[in-house]
Amino acid sequence: MPTLTLIQAVNDGLKVAMRQDESVLVFGEDVGPKGGVFLATEGLTAEFGKERCFDTPLSEDGIVGTAIGMAANGLRPVCEIQFQDFIFPAFDQIVSEAAKLRYRSGGQYTAPMVIRTPYGGGIRGGLYHSQSGEAYFTHTAGLKVVIPSTPYDAKGLLLASIADPDPVLFMEPKALYRHLKADVPEGHYTVDLSTLRQVREGDDVTVFCYGSMVPVVEKAANKAAEQGIHCQVVDLRTLLPLDEQGVLEAARKTGRVVVVHEAPRFCGYGAEISAIIAENIIEYMEAPIRRVTGFDTPFPNTLEHHYLPDERRVLDAIEEVAKY
Amino acid sequence: MQTTQSTEPFRVISGDGSVGNHQVALTDEQLVHCYRTMLTVRAFDDVCMKLQRSGRIGFSVPNKGVEACQVGAASALRQTDFFFPSYRDFGMALYHGVQPVEMMHNMFGNAKDSALGRQMPVHFSFVEPIKFFSISSPIGTHLPQAVGAARAFQMRGEDHVALVSFGDGGTSSLGFHSALNFAGVWKAPVIFLCQNNGWAISCPAEEQTASDGFAIKGQAYGVPGIKVDGNDVLAMHQAVSEAAERARRGEGPTLIEAVTYRMGGHSTSDDPSKYVPKEILDQWAEKDPVQRFQSFLKQKGLWSESLEADLTREATEGISAAAKEAEATGAPGLETIFSDVYAELPAHLRAQGEAAFDLARRKGSADAGDGAFPL
Repeated sequence: MPTLTLIQAVNDGLKVAMRQDESVLVFGEDVGPKGGVFLATEGLTAEFGKERCFDTPLSEDGIVGTAIGMAANGLRPVCEIQFQDFIFPAFDQIVSEAAKLRYRSGGQYTAPMVIRTPYGGGIRGGLYHSQSGEAYFTHTAGLKVVIPSTPYDAKGLLLASIADPDPVLFMEPKALYRHLKADVPEGHYTVDLSTLRQVREGDDVTVFCYGSMVPVVEKAANKAAEQGIHCQVVDLRTLLPLDEQGVLEAARKTGRVVVVHEAPRFCGYGAEISAIIAENIIEYMEAPIRRVTGFDTPFPNTLEHHYLPDERRVLDAIEEVAKY
Repeated sequence: MQTTQSTEPFRVISGDGSVGNHQVALTDEQLVHCYRTMLTVRAFDDVCMKLQRSGRIGFSVPNKGVEACQVGAASALRQTDFFFPSYRDFGMALYHGVQPVEMMHNMFGNAKDSALGRQMPVHFSFVEPIKFFSISSPIGTHLPQAVGAARAFQMRGEDHVALVSFGDGGTSSLGFHSALNFAGVWKAPVIFLCQNNGWAISCPAEEQTASDGFAIKGQAYGVPGIKVDGNDVLAMHQAVSEAAERARRGEGPTLIEAVTYRMGGHSTSDDPSKYVPKEILDQWAEKDPVQRFQSFLKQKGLWSESLEADLTREATEGISAAAKEAEATGAPGLETIFSDVYAELPAHLRAQGEAAFDLARRKGSADAGDGAFPL
């Protein structure tokens, strides 16, 4: 079995989908011969021609808007927004259009499409190459929001997203693009959307995380284990629609919960996880739910390592919750 | 080619109904069908205005003055083409055989509405007999979508075109810029139909842009533009036919500015007497597109008083019957709040739906819904 980085797994997933289904096409800024600024689409134009993998004008609204029209007219577009920070000109197309098309037409028109976009910090990108905007989108009925954290999941979730009948925002943790290599099966396979991944078993504290925070949480959990605190680590993988039952089962098991994400805290995704638990199983909770998140500030450049939740901050929260 | 404010729009039918040396491409039967459709649009407007004023529907948008744009454009396209309409375009759907009752179901938001009552009135969506794309309220978002649909035709080597219709206000939107830019680069088989009806709700066209008209806006994107008399069915037919032929030949998009005038309010919620100068309205009343087309039909020997009486009766009775049927049709079931959000009902929506039905059982329904959540 080949071992691939996360970004190689994305690239492989795109190739598998395009070989299998000629209605799949890839487009966006610099995704053609250059292969994308992170090389996610490397080699696609060479293999599939510029009819099926091509550069577009510099317009996120145009990229997503045309993708919707293609999807509504029989194609399976997989478009790229170069950085998630640049997605906002397309917000109207995603939120008002793609996400609502099936509903507002009574199912007559649909938008089966994928919007891939790298998100998050870790590359010294400052305010506009580092943000984690998932919460803007998880508030949107009709959209699916998927964030992988491993090469295996990246390919399997991407192929499931391309096959999905609804629009999917596929957010790729750029900090993990070349973080490690792992086994990735050749050819086609899928990882079901709306399923959780148990990263690690443990009976003392449950830590929910996703995307770039998963390896950070794993390290913190290893440190905690040295102190005799055994963490159950859960990778949420699909933020919308969320496997709520899975979240509740995992939280009930330990009664002590930490939620970790890079995005700002206020109205962040962790608030939803905390609320679901509080609303449904508060009687099982042995400690207040703790959130470890980015600060409620814009994303800084030089001091990004202070902004991003790291092993220390996660461990601190785990210890606090465990001892409560 | 007519493109600027100062040039006269392309016209076929003169004020007296004559067409000079112009060849008329439509058959007699098609010409009468155009006229029938225009009268049906007017009848639909009249009935909807009464329904709204008597509180039986919530909202409507009048089409008086712009019927020729809709019908002339529709008559130039095939049923296999893809229409991306605005909320003031349903004459295109009627021309191609969408039944008034299907539209009335939408006006009442009932269980037979294709949008299942989820949208405001006049936000139609049809797939048969033409693809009449689900209408959105945000302005300009459907322009890049039409370009995407056109690109799909192009990729499959099909000779269909997409037509996207919008107003003068729509040219200020982000979507207009993105769409013309992408369509120009891709040579996409798409027709941009800008109906310059003078007003974006209450903002006059001259405050919408400092550009010398709207057709000229295509130039910067490599998209040919033409200014057409939007109150002239045959000029609209010819301009859209030529744009469609260009698109089908692989020569790319066209921007058509149809110069017309909105003779009513923006909607039933709007009072245009607060901002539309009466003298301008009177000037445009003399250019009424239905009257002009009637004069043409007379000259061609296709109009008679009995034809007028028959078409008017047919339209009025048809619309009234449609309204009666739609009003008698019940509201969509409570479960339709939760269906069609996704292809499959996710667990959290199932739970919310079950809770809504449970509440109806315990505390009494907000309306008639009861029983088990059926999805």
